[in-house]
Amino acid sequence: MSTLETTPSLVALAQGLEADTLAEARRTMEVCNACRYCEGYCAVFPAMELHRQFSDADLVHLANLCHGCKGCYYACQYAPPHPFGLNVPRTFADLRRESYEAFAWPAPLARLFQRNGLFVSLATAVALIVTMALSTLLISPERLFGVHRGPGSFYSVVPYDVMVWVATLTFGFAVLALGMGLRNYWATAGRKAIGWKSLALALHDALTLRHLSGGGHGCNDTDEGFTQGRRWLHQAMMWGFLLCFASTSVATVYDHLLGWIAPYSWYSLPVLLGTVGGVGLTVGSGGLFWLKLRTDPEPLSPRNLGMDAGLLALLFLVATTGLALLFFRHTSAMGMLLVIHLGVVLAFFLTLPYGKFVHGIYRFAALVRDHADCRAGDSA
Amino acid sequence: MIQDKLYDVLVVGGGNAALCAAVTARERGASVILCEHAPRGLRGGNSRHTRNLRCAHDEPTDVLTESYGEDEYIKDLLRVTGGITNERLARMTIRESKFVTPWMYENGVRFQPSLGGTLSLSRTNAFFLGGGKALVNAYYARAEQLGVDIHYDTEVLSLDIQDGFFSGAEVDSRGFGARVRAKSLIVAAGGFQGNIEWLKEAWGPAAENFLIRGTPYNRGRMLRQLLDNGADPIGDPTQCHAVAIDARAPKFDGGIVTRLDCVPFSVVVNQACERFYDEGEDVWPKRYAIWGRLVAQQPGQIAYAIIDSKALDLFMPSVFPPVEAGTIEDLAGKLGLDAAKLRGTIDGFSGALRPGSFDSTKLDDCRTEGLDPPKTHWARAIDTPPFYAYPLRPGVTFTYLGVRVDEKARVQMGDGKPAANMLAAGEVMAGNILGKGYLAGTGMTIGTVFGRLAGEEAARYVNA
Ligand SMILES: Cc1cc2nc3c(=O)[nH]c(=O)nc-3n(C[C@H](O)[C@H](O)[C@H](O)COP(=O)(O)OP(=O)(O)OC[C@H]3O[C@@H](n4cnc5c(N)ncnc54)[C@H](O)[C@@H]3O)c2cc1C
Ligand code: SF4
Ligand code: SF4
Repeated sequence: MSTLETTPSLVALAQGLEADTLAEARRTMEVCNACRYCEGYCAVFPAMELHRQFSDADLVHLANLCHGCKGCYYACQYAPPHPFGLNVPRTFADLRRESYEAFAWPAPLARLFQRNGLFVSLATAVALIVTMALSTLLISPERLFGVHRGPGSFYSVVPYDVMVWVATLTFGFAVLALGMGLRNYWATAGRKAIGWKSLALALHDALTLRHLSGGGHGCNDTDEGFTQGRRWLHQAMMWGFLLCFASTSVATVYDHLLGWIAPYSWYSLPVLLGTVGGVGLTVGSGGLFWLKLRTDPEPLSPRNLGMDAGLLALLFLVATTGLALLFFRHTSAMGMLLVIHLGVVLAFFLTLPYGKFVHGIYRFAALVRDHADCRAGDSA
Repeated sequence: MIQDKLYDVLVVGGGNAALCAAVTARERGASVILCEHAPRGLRGGNSRHTRNLRCAHDEPTDVLTESYGEDEYIKDLLRVTGGITNERLARMTIRESKFVTPWMYENGVRFQPSLGGTLSLSRTNAFFLGGGKALVNAYYARAEQLGVDIHYDTEVLSLDIQDGFFSGAEVDSRGFGARVRAKSLIVAAGGFQGNIEWLKEAWGPAAENFLIRGTPYNRGRMLRQLLDNGADPIGDPTQCHAVAIDARAPKFDGGIVTRLDCVPFSVVVNQACERFYDEGEDVWPKRYAIWGRLVAQQPGQIAYAIIDSKALDLFMPSVFPPVEAGTIEDLAGKLGLDAAKLRGTIDGFSGALRPGSFDSTKLDDCRTEGLDPPKTHWARAIDTPPFYAYPLRPGVTFTYLGVRVDEKARVQMGDGKPAANMLAAGEVMAGNILGKGYLAGTGMTIGTVFGRLAGEEAARYVNA
């Protein structure tokens, strides 16, 4: 019935997870399982109903299946001031953060999740200082502040080899660390067999943010009222991010395989993808940040605010510096803008596996398991 | 601060009936003040603990499957009440129930999509998305948007009534006394089950041991005021709807999670380790409502449902873990019962079992013979450790005593005439329709239908 027999206890597996949070999550799910009033809101409750007891792994799975819409907080007759004091979104947010920490690779870096806002802002500051210091030291002022036109203009400021190597190393490491984290996650909170169908269904859910519609009526973005704001902003941010990623990938192909040297014209594929993506990313991350400022803090985990805000701020900076570079690339500001943009992107790559970004990976894994569980009709 | 002005309507209460009334009256142009005794975080009375309401419908809707005609609905109602109902009001309520879900939707309430017949109740009952608290939240948001003056932490203490005519009320608002002046009154303040002293009048000291499943704020003050001022009572003053719930539940507001569905698969004993009723008489949904009274009649108002590990997964998980032990004697020790006596009862039960084939999903043929009282279904030996026990106490859902109303929700006075400017809706008048028994989901239906009627009637009265 539960994954208890097949997977090791999470507490034993990863010391990062605090027993208190697990105990609170277990108590919460036991109350919910006797109530079930919220079963229409999201996938968490139907998944919960497959169990009578909750192993640590089950709780981690459920926590990562929760996307924090807060519907079940405002609807809960046991929320504070009721003596049961249930707060599902906050409890799950705490457990999620602890699970990010528990699964982080390499393990010594897991600690970066503890004061994540501080870590992300320091990393960004350091990356910016280093790139700017190096560029003022190594690049002559004429080149850094000159006007450059035509193919190769970026590389006349920052040499091609440096860009390629730094990007490959940092991004490559991020991908490796994220992959290892996913492996750790799946070994604990995943399941043995999954079909292609589950994978496809999960992909569909993720790309459409199906669950963020809160059973069709939106989320409790800031208070008891239901709105679709968070869903659309997140959608803009996610697709913006993917488009920017696509833009970079296409540019890499142009550059390395076809020998077409950047920058590209306004109407080229990389620039079009990057512009639309950058706007989406700016609007999405800025909007979500603004929602965070206005929202009722009760159902949120105060310990996660730094982590949440950190990623939003970084994405916002990546997008806005990228757009600025695009619009002013033919002016003398290009050199500095390029350096700043590269510094921010560097910070983004460095913090990728040790920040809120991992939620996308684990949540996707949780969706895959959920589809597989539902198709199997149990959770074994 | 309560404004010193003459309102058109004073609504007393802050649950489903009160909100339906306030929204309706305000939509029709009346100025409305709503006084809710509970603080904001606990607003919504018993309505915040509900999950669905029962609606008649002739064809499938987006929230209800198949059809549930007026005739079938009234038949069900007559069956559970044994005919103790005002059939005219009952039929009107059922007819109106057809139209409530679209109105609720317009006012912000969201429903779960109907579950294609898997859950038998989705044919007759529409389920609120997120349950009753989400419904209450939606109505409060709507009332605020319409400009209803909402006052939390505000108890209405007494009503000024002269010869059946209402003119104002004394209230305690956040610790300050105030007077509310209004041209009409809608009482939607629930029953009196939160008032243990009043329950004791009918039940004696035993009522001290009752648990109240819902809000502590329904203390019957408004009901008492109306009755003292000549309103015509309805419903048995000595009766309450009580189910057997987990004895470890909080005194108030335990809500749905404290219910226990294990009785049909258990042996239930009292403090003297004696069985007192056929645990397997019928399927649980048809029997849960009599067990509150059965437990209330036992010494100390407590009983213990005992199962073994074979039965543990046969019922919905409940919120409190069972008391567990390796032997019946140890279990008795943990429950504070006499070990030898409990052993004797369990052995006596086991000795009376007839062979049969166990089936938890229907009325099976596993029963006892020569045992008093018998267990007529699902009787199996309690022999596979670990053994488990759930303590039971009576959990009161609502009381039956209320005020008589007419088909416009007007309070009926002792002289047989309707009051000119006093209306009642919800639990406080549900006894007109539910004289006895209970049919799942009718509490919210009555509150919604009569809340809207009361709101309409109050607006009509002040606009006339
Ligand atoms: C656990 C539980 C589950 C239930 N589930 C269902 C269900 O699924 N479907 C269903 O149809 N029914 C259900 N019921 C019954 C249902 O709760 C009631 O029938 C319904 O809520 C009554 O609504 P109401 O508005 O009349 O009263 P309530 O919702 O109880 O509201 C009464 C209000 O009056 C206020 N009040 C009382 N006295 C004063 C005063 N003097 N001054 C100011 N305010 C005052 C209270 O604070 C409260 O807000 C359930 C009941 C319980 C306990
Ligand atoms: S969050 Fe509250 S209302 Fe929702 S299922 Fe859990 S206990 Fe029930
Ligand atoms: S916060 Fe939203 S997504 Fe998370 S469990 Fe509650 S209803 Fe589901």
